[in-house]
Formats: sequence, structure tokens, C-alpha cells
Amino acid sequence: MNEFENTRPDPDKLLNIIKKEEEENIQGKLKIYFGMCAGVGKTYAMLEAAQKARLSGIDVVAGIIETHKRAETEELLKGIEIAPQKTIEYRLSYFNEMDIDVILRRRPSLVLVDELAHSNIPGSRHNKRYQDVLELLNNGIDVYTTLNVQHLESRSEIVKQISGISIRETVPDSIFDKASEIELIDITPAELLQRLSEGKVYTPENSKEAVKNFFRKGNLTALREMALRATAERVDKDLRDYKSRKNIEGTWKTTQRLMVAIGPNPHSADLIRLTRRMAYSIEAVWIAVYVDDGQKIKESSKETLTKNFELAKELGAEIITVVDSDIVSALIRTANENEVTQIIVGKPGKLQMPFYSGNNFIKRLISQSGNIDIYAIGGDRDTRFSLMNYFLSTPHAGIFKYLSALAIIIFTGLILFFIKDAIGYQTVSLIFLLILTFLPLFNYGTGPMLLAATISAFGWDFFFIPPLLTFHIGRIEDYLMFIMYFIVASVSGLLTSRIRAQQRLIYHREKRTNALFNLSKELTASNNVNDIAYVTVKQIGYIFDAEVTLILSDNAKKLNAQPHSISSFTLNDKEWNIAQWVFENAQKAGKFTNTLSDAPATYFPIVSKRGPIGVIGIKVKENERLTFESELFLNSLLTQIANALERDYLNNIAKTSLLTFESEKLYRTLFDSLSHELKTPITTIMGASSTFLDSKVISNPDLIRNLSVEINIAAERLNRLVENLLDMARLESGRLKLKISWHSIPDLVNSALEKLKYDIGKHKIITCYDEDISLVQVDFILLEQALINIIHNCIEYTPENSEIKIEVNNNNGMCNLMISDNGKGFQEEVLPKLFDKFYRIPGTKTGGSGIGLSISKGFIEAHKGTITASNRKTGGAEFTITLPLQLDEAIS
Amino acid sequence: MTAKPAIIIIDDEAQIRKILKISLESSGYKIIEAETGKDGILQTATNHPQLVILDLGLPDQDGFTVLKEIREWTNIPVIILSVRNSEDDIVKALEAGADDYIIKPFNTSELIARIKANLRRSQITIDSSIITNGELKIDLTARMIFKNDVEIKLTNLEYLLLDLFFKNIGKVLTHNFILKEVWGPGYTENSQYLRVFVGQIRKKIEDDYSTPKYITTESGVGYRMRPVNLQEKK
Repeated sequence: MNEFENTRPDPDKLLNIIKKEEEENIQGKLKIYFGMCAGVGKTYAMLEAAQKARLSGIDVVAGIIETHKRAETEELLKGIEIAPQKTIEYRLSYFNEMDIDVILRRRPSLVLVDELAHSNIPGSRHNKRYQDVLELLNNGIDVYTTLNVQHLESRSEIVKQISGISIRETVPDSIFDKASEIELIDITPAELLQRLSEGKVYTPENSKEAVKNFFRKGNLTALREMALRATAERVDKDLRDYKSRKNIEGTWKTTQRLMVAIGPNPHSADLIRLTRRMAYSIEAVWIAVYVDDGQKIKESSKETLTKNFELAKELGAEIITVVDSDIVSALIRTANENEVTQIIVGKPGKLQMPFYSGNNFIKRLISQSGNIDIYAIGGDRDTRFSLMNYFLSTPHAGIFKYLSALAIIIFTGLILFFIKDAIGYQTVSLIFLLILTFLPLFNYGTGPMLLAATISAFGWDFFFIPPLLTFHIGRIEDYLMFIMYFIVASVSGLLTSRIRAQQRLIYHREKRTNALFNLSKELTASNNVNDIAYVTVKQIGYIFDAEVTLILSDNAKKLNAQPHSISSFTLNDKEWNIAQWVFENAQKAGKFTNTLSDAPATYFPIVSKRGPIGVIGIKVKENERLTFESELFLNSLLTQIANALERDYLNNIAKTSLLTFESEKLYRTLFDSLSHELKTPITTIMGASSTFLDSKVISNPDLIRNLSVEINIAAERLNRLVENLLDMARLESGRLKLKISWHSIPDLVNSALEKLKYDIGKHKIITCYDEDISLVQVDFILLEQALINIIHNCIEYTPENSEIKIEVNNNNGMCNLMISDNGKGFQEEVLPKLFDKFYRIPGTKTGGSGIGLSISKGFIEAHKGTITASNRKTGGAEFTITLPLQLDEAIS
Repeated sequence: MTAKPAIIIIDDEAQIRKILKISLESSGYKIIEAETGKDGILQTATNHPQLVILDLGLPDQDGFTVLKEIREWTNIPVIILSVRNSEDDIVKALEAGADDYIIKPFNTSELIARIKANLRRSQITIDSSIITNGELKIDLTARMIFKNDVEIKLTNLEYLLLDLFFKNIGKVLTHNFILKEVWGPGYTENSQYLRVFVGQIRKKIEDDYSTPKYITTESGVGYRMRPVNLQEKK
């Protein structure tokens, strides 16, 4: 594997640096006053710096300072504004914690926050003070804080080993990395001890003994070294970043990738921390892999596994879970797939499992590792895969199974006892064997299985093998049979139960995959927000057996006031505020999390490339915390959902763009068409009229007449076009006011025909009115114009001497008008577009603007009527108009 | 009346005045032009034309002012020029005393026909109790209507309606005016009565009630009983 890149800086790395720089501009800057332990003077140094800042004009506020009543420290606080703290009641006492909201509202430039590793009282927004600090930083406020090396997550174990003191309050290393400046407050152990004797060091509730133990020279020296190392590492990294940024040659980068194998035991945590330190110091990427081999795990071990997952994730690893009954090959395969260069595993302890020899494990791993280096790290904990762990299933659930297995054996035994003479005692063993083979199919685990095997074996011996009722076995064959029986029973039972376990695992996994697949499929099929919301709420509710609420956001800053209507539960104000916080900070909050944990549901952000676009709240019905795995799964689902929402958003943008584009195109076409329609008659008029200026023409009455006719026709055409445009503008303006009054439709038709008298020419108009036509409520002028446009259309597009028939009748509260001609009619494909604005039938002669019919439609529909065009069966076009006889209120 | 009848054209558009002047003068009328309402009133008072052509679209609502002023001291026929979709203005003008209207753009021959009709009407006085129009005849004292000398049976209201029309042959009557005159001042909102009755009347007096030639509909404005010349063929 090629470990060295050429000296060109890695574009990805540069991109990360640029991103970081961008972030840094809107993020607040964190400066950590770092020291080896309490009492070195971190708070003091921080306050000194704060005073300097204040005097140079920076707006400084003290978030929370632990002076421990030391006079010199309190002296330094003078002049600095102290933010009011929040008082929280917990277990009948009152405690003060930093009030983030007050500070956010106050918006200072710099906040002082002492003791970064402090855990907040339950009832605070976040579980840990460092989360409070993160929130301040995210809102652009700079922070000074203090931290001891023992509080660093990756160092906490070692500190415990050195000093014997358990560190309860830790801070993830990512915070340390995030700090823009680390200032080490360093004093010699001797000096510190001096201070201690002077009573200048604050030691919390620890007993005097513990204090003495902690503040031993050896301890302090070790701690000092750790603090120095941590700072040095950080400086080294800064230097490398700097060099990278400046593209200084000579920095070569290793492309090493580390992989640590973790499991449900506490030793994995040590491995994880170790791997992280290694990765950090050689700037390598690292992944944590868990191989699920189908073994049943104790409940407490499951918790440990979850904790290990979280630790690895916190420390920055990518987590991969693999299902495989063979751990070694799974690890090697995963390593190869991810181009891993080193694998870190735990060294197995003393007692080995019968089927998995520990040494064999390492040996096999090494033999299959190829180019990958293997680090086997031992621990001082009990890492043995105890035999009992291997075979035992969960005690509570199992009791019933043990008893029932026993009962089955006894029951069968009884039956067989009575028929033993008929079938012979060897057959009895086979029957028992049969039963044992079937037991695992009914979810009997290895424990009950072995119990059943043992009992049945010995029972068989006692009750069936001669001599009866003794454990003594007479014949050699029987003896051999007994042993074989026992082995076969155990092995087959075990194997079957393992197969079953594997099956269940696969089934479970398959269900998960199916769920993911189904979600993807349904999301792909959704083409609007409502569909997506429906799918989301339904599927997530189903998969996690929970109530789901989905809150989207229409603008970038705030969630919508109401959750989407499909959601299964709504939010009260407090819950909405939590959701809004989740939205703004793009982090989960609520039940079972570190933030706002007293909420009734857990809220997760839905984040797309644009940023957070919504929040989903989940109330698991069984009120159980989601396992780490489930949460990873949920996150992958949320990614899908975010993608779908994003896709919908982009689609809408595309549609709008397309519309804009199309309308621009249309505008172009219209403009050209109208231009032409206007210019043509004007050309005629100008041309003809200017010809009159010619003396030869004036003396010729025939010429004059011809030209005048042309001018007249052109003027009529122009007038019609202008009228149509004005009508269209009225329709488009949306402010068409109808002057409704009772009128007789035949009257109206007649009026329209009267106005068309010069256009009718040689066409024949036939009118046919029903005898008892009632009056209709219409706007006379508008409807008249609508009819004029239609009839004119019929006249224009049919040959001379064609017939145009107009029929009017009443029916069911509607008035029907049919205008038809006996011309050529319409082609099928033209019919749906006929009433579109500016539509002209392809191939027709010029001279129409294409808006006449659309105006007719607009006017008719303003009356809440309808108009359709069709072809007559006997040939020709037919327009059918329906109008309600009565309109209840004035329509505008 | 052997002298050429004088017509005053009050319109602020020079082009319209020009074209009207040319066409009307060639039809034998003397034309007086006025560009503003004020000037129009002055000239009408000074020159005593036989007919006024008044553009409603004069700036500053001058059109209505001119009309009202003129009507204060003379009854000469006033034809107003208006544009489409201003039917409300036309109705208002008719009720303020205008006699007729024509919508721009118009056919010159139509205008001339209107002018002739209005001039004639202003000279006719109703001095007999019998008014004839084409095939129709009304006997005002006997309160009977005849078509081709055959009596037409009418209800009271139908008679009143026709009575009004006959007394105003050739003149456009607005819906409001008709309702007020025939039914009474409180009935101006009940246009459906008018429609129904006009429909009934038409069925009784017209040859083809769907293409009436006596009582014609003026879109959006009212009705008009046209003077029918028996030699006319539609």
C-alpha cells in the first residue's frame, strides 16, 4: 500500500481547512486555560486576561466563575459584569447554573466560563457545561474557559491508573481540538505542593486521604507530563495545519487508516481511546468495527456495547457494524474494504473458549492480515470470554425456557417409559434426540438446550438403559451409545440453536433493510411535501413503533408554527421551543439525550445541504431508549427524508424557473405575433391612403373606391384587434366587474348579429330559439362580445355561403347556446387548445390574433358558465355554451 | 331649411374634428368646431347650430357640464360620442338630456343617419292623436294599437310601454327612464319586468320577434323604436 502521497497538498484536506476557516468566522473562538490539575492558577490567569480585554474595550461578561472564596481571585473579578445565574431546584436543594439564554440575549463579545468539565444539574438545558459553551460558540460569542488534563476523555483512563481516582466529569477531545487557543498554565509540582500547604488549593469533598494520595509528587509529575504532552501535540497539529495552508513543501502526509475492533466489554473503551490517540498523533483516519457473530449478549453487555459505540463516535471514528459468524474473516474483509493499514484488537485473556481459542484468534488474524499491521493490546481487566458468558442467555427470560425444556423432557420420558418395551431403549434415545433437534426451532437457547441434553442423557441412562434405575451402564455398546448420544445431542442442539440465532439476526437485519428500502421507494414516489410527510410519519411510526410529529420550515430561520397535519401528536409551546432549539442547533434533544432530557419526546433535526429544514419528534411507545444501532438507522432514514424534501424543494425551484423560461418564450412569440397583427392593417391603411396623394389615382373613381374598401377592411381589423386586446387586459387584470341584469338571450344574440352585420357578407345565419326561453342574469355587453367573437370566428373560417346556426334553449336551470357552422370543423388535436390565449390553428391564414376565443371563454366563465368546442356529426364546428340562469350574488 | 343646417362639433381631438368636418360638410352640413367645453358652450350660444355633436371624453368631465349647461336654455338635439365599455357614461348623459349616442370608432354613414334622424325628430311635433310608424299605428285617444290596420290586443302596461315608444320614435330610451315612466319611480331596479314586457310586445308587433325591426335593443343602454320606412327591406 502506498503510504506516501506526493508533496502536493491533499485537496480534501485544504477544503476542510477552508471550511474550518469559514466556520471560524461565524463561530465564536474558544480559549482554554489548561493545566495539570486543580490549583495551578488557571482561573486566575483567565481572569487576568479578561481584565486586559475589558480594559481594551471588549465587552466581557462572566458566565460562571468558581472563585472558591479565594481573595486574590475575587479581587480579579472586580469590574467584570457577572451574568445572573439560573437557580434550579433539585432534590430539595437549590443550585446555581450558568443561564445560557440570559447570555445569548445579552450578546457579549466574550464570556468567561470556569470548569469546562462540570456536569449541570438535571433540569438544565444541557447535561454538561461544555455543551453550553458549544451553544455560545455557535452563536458567535467567544469563550474563555478552564480545564484540567484529567478531564480529557482520552486521558481519563490513564489518570485513573496513575492516581487511582475515578474521573467522573470528562470532556470529549473534540472540544479540545475545537479550541482556537490552548494556554498551558504550568507550575512545578513542588510549587503546587507549597500552595497546597498554604491552603490556596481547592479540594472538593474528597477525603483528606484521597487528597494526600492525589497530590503526591509522582502523580503530579505524571500529570504535568500529560498536560505538556497534550499541549505539545496540539502545537504540532497547529504547525502542520499552518504548513498545509501555506503549502510549504516538505510536509508529507501518511495515508494510514486505523481500525479498532470493539465489542461489548469494557476493555474496548480503552482500545478506542488508544486508537484515537494514535490516529490523532499520526493524523490518520480511524474506524471502529463491531462484528456481530450472532452470540447472545447479556443486557449489561449490550449497554456497554452502546457506550462503546458512543464513545467511538464522540472521539471521531466512523462506526461500522458487520454481521458474520467468523469474527476474524469479517475484520480482515472490512479492513481491506476500507484500506485499513493497522488493526487494533484486544488480547484475549486466560480462559479460552472451547470453540474459539484466543491464541488462535490472534494467530488467524495475523495470518490473514496480509499487509495490515496488527496491534494486540492487553488490558488489566477481565477480558476473558467466560464459558458461562458464552453459554448463558439472559437469566430472566431464560428461567421459563429452562423449566419448560425440563418439563418437555420429563413428559416425553414418561410416555416413552410406558412404551419402552415395545420400542426398545435404543429407539428411546433417538426419540429424545429428535426432540432435542426440534427444541431450538422453538427459540430455546443454548442454556436450556444443554440442560435438556444433559437431563435427557442421564434420564435415559437411569430409566432406560439396563440395568434400569441405576446410572450404571452394563454393556460396552450402551456405554458408547451414551457418550455418542450426549455429544450428538449437545452439538446438534448447539448448532441448531446457533443457526436459529443467526437466522433471527438475519431476519432482523432484513427487516431493517426492507424498511429502509421501502422508505426509499415510497419517498422516491412522493412528489410533493404532503406525500413525503405522510410516508415519513407512517414509516417511522411503524419501524420504531412510535408516535411521530414532523415540523417543517418554510424559511431558513424558524420552524413552522404547527407540525404537519399528518403528524400523530402536536406540540405545546414548551415542546415547540425544544424543537426550535433542535432546528437552530442541528442537534438532537429531548428524552434520552444530553439536552433538555425532561421533554416527553426525542427531537431530531432533519438536515439537508442547505442546512436544517425541519425537525422530527419521536415518542417511542414502549418508552425505551433507542439503541445506538437504532439511532444510526434512524439517522440514515432521516437522511433519506432530508433528500426527498430537498428534491421537492429543488423541483419547485426548477418548475418556477421553467415557468419563467416558458413565459419568456411565450412572451417573445406573442410579441412577434401581435406586432405582425398590428402592423399589417396599418401598412394597408398607410399604403392605400398615401396612394391618394398621387394625382393619377385621385382622378380614378374606381381606384379610389377599391383603395377605400381596403382601408376600411384594414381599419376594421385593427379595431377588432384593439378591442380584443383591451378585453384581454380587463380579464387579466382580475378586476372584471360584471354588471348583471336580467336579459333575454335571443335579444343578446340579435344585438351581436347586428354588430356583425358588415362581416356576415354572404353567410347565412339561422336562429332557432326555444318557445319559452326565460330571462338569464348576464352582463349584456360582456356576453355580447363573447358571442361576437365566436360568431366572427365561424364566419372567418368557413367559406362563403356557409350556414351558421344559433340555437338557444333552457334546461335544468341552465341556458344552452349552440353556435354551429357547416364548414370543415376542427382537427381532433386542435380542440383542447382552441381557447388558449394566442392559440392559432397551425396553417391558417394570418389575420387573427388568436385571442378572440380565449376572451369568449374568459367572459363566459366569469358568468360561471362553460364553453366547449366540438365537431358536428354532420360536419362543421360547434360551440356549446351553458350559462346558469341565475347568479346569486354579484360577481367581480 | 333650405340653408345648410349647422352642426357644432365639440371635441378636443383635432383629428376627429377634421375627419368629421370633411365628411359632414360633403353631406351638406355647415360645421362649427370647438376644442373645449367652454368654447363649445359659447359658440352654441352665439351661433345657434341645429345639432350638437359632443365628445363625452372631454377632459375634466367637461362633457357633462356642457350638456347640462346647454340643456338649461335649449332643446337642440345633442349626440354624444363615446367609447365602448362606457355604457354607464352614456346612460348618464342620456338621462342628463342627450338625445342619442354613437360609439367610436364609427362608420361615417351611421353618424350621418343618426344626425338626419335627430334633426328630423326635432322638427316633428306631435300634433295629431295618431302616430304612424311603418306598419304600426297608435291611436292615442282610443288607446289602441294597429298593425296593418288590425287591432293588436294589449294589456294596459304593454300599451303604456308602446305609448312611450311612439312618443319618442327614433330616440334611445334608457332602461331607467322607461321603468320610471311606465312603472313608476320605485321600479328602477326591476329590469326583468321591462325585458319580459318588451319580449311580449315584440311577439305581438314584430314580424319576427327574434330579429325585431321596430323595437331594437341598444346594448347596455336601453331600447329604441326605430322609424321604419315601409320601402325598407332588411
